[in-house]
Amino acid sequence: MQTQTQPMQESVWAGGRSPFGIRWGKLMMWVFLLSDAFTFGGFLVIYGSVRVITPDWPDPSRVFALHLFGKEIPLLLIAFMTFVLISSSGTMALAVHAGYEGDRSRCARFLMLTILGGLTFLGCQAYEWTKLITEGVRPWGNPWGAPQFGAFFFTLTGFHGLHVLSGVIYLSAITRRVLKGVYARRGSYEGVEIAGLYWHFVDLVWVFIFTFFYLF
Amino acid sequence: MAVHAEHLAHAHSESWIRKYVFSTDHKVIATQYIFTAYFMALLGGLLAALIRYQLGWGDQASPLLERLFPFGAQGGVIKPEFYLAIITIHGTILVFHFQTMMLTGGFGNYLIPLQIGARDMAFPVLNMLSYWVFLASCVVMLLSFLVEGGAAAAGWTVYPPLSVHAAAVAGSGLGQTIWLLSMALLIVATLMGGLNYIVTTLNLRTKGMSLMRLPLSTWGVFFASVIGLVTFPVLLAGAILLLLDRHLGTSFYMPTVYIGGQLVETRGGNPLLWQHLFWYLGHPEVYILAIPALGFIGDIIATFSRKPIFGYRLIIISFVVMTILSCIVWGHHMFTSGLNPYIAMVFSLLTILISVPFGTIILCYAATLWKGKIQFTTPMLFAIGFLSLVVTGGLGGLFLGTASTDLYLHDTAFVVGHFHVIMASSVLFAIFAATYYWFPKIFGRFMSESLGKWHFWLTFIGVYATFVPMHVMGLGGMMRRIYSPHAYQYLQQWVPWERVISIFGLILIGAQLLFVVNFFWSLFKGRRATDPNPWRANTLEWQTSSPPPHLNWGEEQPVVYRGPYEFSRPDTAEDYLPQNTPPVGVEVSGNGVR
Repeated sequence: MQTQTQPMQESVWAGGRSPFGIRWGKLMMWVFLLSDAFTFGGFLVIYGSVRVITPDWPDPSRVFALHLFGKEIPLLLIAFMTFVLISSSGTMALAVHAGYEGDRSRCARFLMLTILGGLTFLGCQAYEWTKLITEGVRPWGNPWGAPQFGAFFFTLTGFHGLHVLSGVIYLSAITRRVLKGVYARRGSYEGVEIAGLYWHFVDLVWVFIFTFFYLF
Repeated sequence: MAVHAEHLAHAHSESWIRKYVFSTDHKVIATQYIFTAYFMALLGGLLAALIRYQLGWGDQASPLLERLFPFGAQGGVIKPEFYLAIITIHGTILVFHFQTMMLTGGFGNYLIPLQIGARDMAFPVLNMLSYWVFLASCVVMLLSFLVEGGAAAAGWTVYPPLSVHAAAVAGSGLGQTIWLLSMALLIVATLMGGLNYIVTTLNLRTKGMSLMRLPLSTWGVFFASVIGLVTFPVLLAGAILLLLDRHLGTSFYMPTVYIGGQLVETRGGNPLLWQHLFWYLGHPEVYILAIPALGFIGDIIATFSRKPIFGYRLIIISFVVMTILSCIVWGHHMFTSGLNPYIAMVFSLLTILISVPFGTIILCYAATLWKGKIQFTTPMLFAIGFLSLVVTGGLGGLFLGTASTDLYLHDTAFVVGHFHVIMASSVLFAIFAATYYWFPKIFGRFMSESLGKWHFWLTFIGVYATFVPMHVMGLGGMMRRIYSPHAYQYLQQWVPWERVISIFGLILIGAQLLFVVNFFWSLFKGRRATDPNPWRANTLEWQTSSPPPHLNWGEEQPVVYRGPYEFSRPDTAEDYLPQNTPPVGVEVSGNGVR
């Protein structure tokens, strides 16, 4: 678009800029995240509507408790997972910052930390799934109460986990491009920022799942 | 885009496959969409013919039917489960694979970059992927006729438990799974397209093309994409849960029920949940179709009335209001589902409120026609036919939007008649108008006017004669989705009506052959559109050659100086003033850019 720019009179020029003042790549990510927010929103509203009409919902603080040193500590694993994921949002923000400062290696290092956070989260999730499956939780039933508990557990965390997994793959590709100097040559680290938008979104969704599925 | 522009200097040469099959050019992709969607329309029309045959003469055996469908119509009579599959696939492919994709993927794809003066979509590869995913969705949907049990048979709304349990109806086996997969593919295709349309419209507008100078067609596709973006994902969520219910044994939608005398051991699920999720998309879907249709009609009416569109800003505001309202009225499809009457009242009020922006737009178009120099070309006839149909259909809609009257009319032929007028036919008219109007731009040749006028009159009369009597039958208690009126004593009085409707319906379907012939004949033998702007229109797509070159414009993108509808200005010699004609007094250098 820029190549066509030639001096023009102000009176002739009346448009062409994005109403939000951002380039199309970033706008596209925002619009995609809007649609994805509606998918997750759909899932959470469905969950909420089922939860309020289902009588014998298992107590999540009991189900998601860990036995450590002979004591039952509720939600320990989930608290750790949440902490890791939120921290990875912080490292992501630092990576974007390093990118805009032009510090290629720092940007890549923070991106790798972010990926590590994502992988840790996925590992914990795999452990949690295994634990619950061995305890008898299935999509069609569980030992403690309403069958919808297992159905929603696997659907919500599975769909979110898929997003984290895609995010890890996406960030790996971005890290590779950072290391190869693609963004440095282009003179803009916007690609890192766009990936960051996605990562922050996935974290934000987790906050809602954590609040509404694990805490209530 | 800058990289693209550099390519222009060289002759554009790519292999045939890159150019016509796996092309990233929005014009080629749009043409692929148009052909595929029209193909699906033909299939949907043929299914409609089978439905009309069954409702009219379902009590008589036909050897021809047996020869055509040895499994579906053994003994010359369509089997009930085959009939249910027919109505399901008829509704699904005509609403989604034909109308939605034709308006946004076909014409939207073609027009947005041309009308905003861009060289292509923001993300051409995504645009190409969108088409191929859509094609996969079409193929998967059609393959479902071949699997055991046949295609999905739970109606296009696929309500559970009918759609969940394999024993509920023959098509609830593999056919229903395939239906869901096909819809998931279609949703992905729509989202990929919608992302592109929104971002392209906002970010790639050429110099001077401010938002308030966009043609209504572009606005229409833009708002449709916005609606799609906030409603299709919710259906996706719902469809995933339905798939899990079917294959993982969850019970999101399944209560404990008896199906075929067998106890189904699911518990606690809520079938109404699916209805909410489905109609949260299902109703906005009407506006995903109506708003681009209104946009195209606006362009066509202004051009052939030789008048500026009346109330351009008012129309845009109405689009915005419709976009918002369309997402919060879905409950009016569920008045008989045991909805709380207070909520039903709210949904009723919101539904009737939509008539305000809708009526505003129709009045604006009527005011545009008023005292215009109307040229009755084929696209204009279809545009006027569109206005007639939306007024007729809109009046019927008031009875269905009001909870108290809907309780009586729900699931009767009144509903079928209503949505075939307001949605199926009016949108079909908009698609035909757009095809006749933009055909010279897309293919460089005109469609035959005389065949086109025959096509219009037969279709116009056919639509009214087919669907208005359905309203009457519905008032008289004729049920919807019924396999055969012949089998019920109390419906005997409607058998002659069904026959007459079937005769007109078959004439209506037959009349579309005129269009098919016209389309293909004109494609190869039609009069050449040597003038790039044969309708003397103002919008940018008419200011480049027909068909437009690769990357749409020559060396320089056009510069826009004014709105799209400056017809019959007293201070110009011609009765039109294209958007990119520089105003008097503005000097223009050789390349068209000051």
